[in-house]
Amino acid sequence: MTGDFAGEPAGVLAIGEHKFTSRLVIGTGGAANLDVLERALTASGTELTTVAMRRADLGSGSGVLDLLRRLGIALLPNTAGCRTAAEAVLTAQLAREALGTDLIKLEVHADDRTLLPDPIETVDAAQQLADEGFTVLAYTNDDPVTASRLEEAGCAAVMPLGSPIGTGLGIRNPHNIELIVARASVPVILDAGIGTASDATLAMELGCDAVLLSTAVTRAQDPERMAAAMRAGVTAGRLAREAGRIPQRFWAQASSPPR
Amino acid sequence: MHIHVNGEARELPDDTTVAGVLAALDVPERGVAVAVDGTVVRRAEWRDAVVGDGAHVEILTAVQGG
Repeated sequence: MTGDFAGEPAGVLAIGEHKFTSRLVIGTGGAANLDVLERALTASGTELTTVAMRRADLGSGSGVLDLLRRLGIALLPNTAGCRTAAEAVLTAQLAREALGTDLIKLEVHADDRTLLPDPIETVDAAQQLADEGFTVLAYTNDDPVTASRLEEAGCAAVMPLGSPIGTGLGIRNPHNIELIVARASVPVILDAGIGTASDATLAMELGCDAVLLSTAVTRAQDPERMAAAMRAGVTAGRLAREAGRIPQRFWAQASSPPR
Repeated sequence: MHIHVNGEARELPDDTTVAGVLAALDVPERGVAVAVDGTVVRRAEWRDAVVGDGAHVEILTAVQGG
């Protein structure tokens, strides 16, 4: 180790050609209003934030776009609400046209009750979008095989869920997340299911490169304070991963020298 | 001519362009994208692309989400 350790994790998060210092991606859904959202985003230190594409409310502007531009936060449009690869590809094309970014959070949901990703449609859409030059971040189940297929399709990052969207159930299958991390050569971003700061820490300890969360912050009783907690949680988990934890043991091992 | 914009019926003059549709409906051009009959119309083509009678025009923008 060098002697200039400043308490911050090393390196940057590189997604395709895009580079970020923060390893916390925030979703803008669920915030009570733009003022609450602004304070939460600022407290989180995020540099990349999701938006959804919807029919324009004819005659009015987009408040969230103005806010994110003012805060200097990069936009990550998503394809939420799409059920097929064709819908997701069209939504991504529209997002690139509207927002002038090649970044796309690809999500194809199988049904409204679970919001689980449809792996077949997602891989199909990922292939098409990568071929069209998009920087694809694909939302996927916590399945190492699907994650590999998405990487082969050209995704710039894979984003396995910890548990279903909005449940706050944390990471239900930590071993699968570790398997995905062990085999991936693109960044792994834990997406969905985070409930509190220790969930974000665990994701980073398992080796994820970043965490994406929305309602854990925006629907917390104090979103600004929870955003700060998530920021600290991600930093703690990353540092712990870099530091290398002690092996787990069955029996006690004295830390004082024997008499 | 008779077209559909974001699912609502609209009457506009014949040979209205995509840019003309946006202007007629007072939609700010910044931060929006347009698809006509399921195909994206690039921003650079808005002033020349004429919307046909009966076309389905979708105008999308970014909102909070995800």
